[in-house]
Amino acid sequence: MATYNLTTPLTDEDIVQLKAGDVVNLTGTIYTARDAAHKKLIEALDKGETLPFELEGSVIYYVGPAPAPPGCAIGSAGPTTSGRMDVYAPRLHSLGVKASIGKGKRTQEVRDAMVQYKGVYFGATGGAGALLSQRITESEVIAYDELGPEAIRKLTVKDFPLLVVNDAHGAEQYATPNYEL
Amino acid sequence: MKSIKAQDIRDAVRDMIMDACRILPDDVYGAIKSALDEEESESAKEVLTQLIDNADLARNTQLALCQDTGAAVFYVDYGEDVQIEGGTLEQVINEGMVEGYDKGYLRKSLCHPLTRKNTGDNTPAIIHSHVVPGDELRIKFMAKGGGSENMSKVAMLKPAQGWPGIKDFVVRTMAEAGPNPCPPTVVGVGIGGTFDLAPSLAKKSLFRPIGERNADPEIAAMEEELLAAINDLGIGPMGLGGKTTSLDVKVEMHPCHIASLPVAVNVQCHSSRTKEVVL
Repeated sequence: MATYNLTTPLTDEDIVQLKAGDVVNLTGTIYTARDAAHKKLIEALDKGETLPFELEGSVIYYVGPAPAPPGCAIGSAGPTTSGRMDVYAPRLHSLGVKASIGKGKRTQEVRDAMVQYKGVYFGATGGAGALLSQRITESEVIAYDELGPEAIRKLTVKDFPLLVVNDAHGAEQYATPNYEL
Repeated sequence: MKSIKAQDIRDAVRDMIMDACRILPDDVYGAIKSALDEEESESAKEVLTQLIDNADLARNTQLALCQDTGAAVFYVDYGEDVQIEGGTLEQVINEGMVEGYDKGYLRKSLCHPLTRKNTGDNTPAIIHSHVVPGDELRIKFMAKGGGSENMSKVAMLKPAQGWPGIKDFVVRTMAEAGPNPCPPTVVGVGIGGTFDLAPSLAKKSLFRPIGERNADPEIAAMEEELLAAINDLGIGPMGLGGKTTSLDVKVEMHPCHIASLPVAVNVQCHSSRTKEVVL
C-alpha cells in the first residue's frame, strides 16, 4: 500500500502505477457532477455539442455540495453513491476521463472500462462532508446552474484524501460480504 | 386545551433541524468512538477517525455533518388537547423546515420524481402524525439521506418463512447494500403490520438511541442476533473490511394478517441525525 501525491490533469502514467488500496492526495482541478448533470453531459455528447469542461485527463467528483456558509469556499461536500452514475461512466472514460470520486460499488462494465481506457475509481469517506470541504479551496459553478446542488462545479482541491478502490488492472479494494448471495 | 403559538413551533423546528444537521447525537458519536476502539484494520480505523474529526468540525462550525442533509422526515405525537394558534400542523412544520434548511446552509434535496426538478426549498416535509392523549406536541425530526434510503427494502414473506426468513432477508439486504449506504449503518427493521406499516415501523425504530434494546426481551434478542449476523458480514466502515458493519439494529413489531408476514429494512447511514422537541 503506497501513498501518492498527484496533480490534475491525470495521465496514463499517473493511473497505471496505482493499485487498489493505495492512498492518493489529489491537488488541482476537479469537476462535480451527479445524476442530473451526467444526463445532460451525455445528451450534449449525443448532440455533438461541446462539453462544459475538457474531459481528457479529468477527474469527476460525484457530489452535490451543501450551500457555502459565510467565509467558506463550499459547504459540506462528501461523495454520493457512485452506482447511480455507472450507466454513464464507461462512455466518459472512453472520452478521456481518468478518474471518478465517490462511494460504493461499481458495475463490472465500469471496471472493464477503467481497465480498457486506463482509469481509476477513488473512494472518499462518505458522510465526512465537513472534513472534506476543508480541502476544497475554490468552487465555481460552470454549467447547469438550474440544477442547483447538482450543477457542475469546478473545484480547486489541495491534498484531497482518496483511496484507490478500483484500479486500472481490474482489482478492487472492497471487502466481500461473508454471505451467500 | 393548551394553545401553542404557530411561531413557537416554527422556531423550534428551525432550530432543531439546524442542530440535527450539525451536531451528531451523543449516542451515535459514542458508538463510533467505541467502534474505533474495537477495530484492528488500518482502513477501518482511518475511516472512523475521519468520522470523529468530521463530527467535531461540524459541531464547531456552520458546516453540515454531511452534504446530504436529507429529506426532512417528522414523526409527530399530537396531543388531543393541543390547539395550534395561527396555523395547521403541516403548515407550521413546513415553514419551520424551510427556514431551518435556508438559515442552516443545508442542501435542499427534494425534486419531482420524473422531471427531477428540485422543489427549491426541500418541501414538502414528510410528516407522520399520530393523535395521542394529553396536551403535549412532540416533534421528532430525522434528516434522512438518499444513499442509505436507496438500500432499504420491503418484503412480503410467507408466514411459513418465520424468523429464519426474516433474518435471511435482513442480513441479505445489508450484504447486498455493501459499501453503498455509508457503513457503519444503523438498521431499522419493521416486522408485521401491513405492506405500508412495516416500513414505517422500521423508520420509527431509528429514533431509538443506539444501544437501547426493545423493551420486549424476545424482540431485544432478535436485535442482538441480527446485529451480530450483520457485523459478521465483514463489510466494515465504508465497505473496506472490519468488525463494524452496523452500529446497531432496531426492531419494531406489530400484529399482521394471518396470510402475511411483511418485513421492512430501513437503512440509516453512520450519520444518524435525529432530534426531538416537546412543546
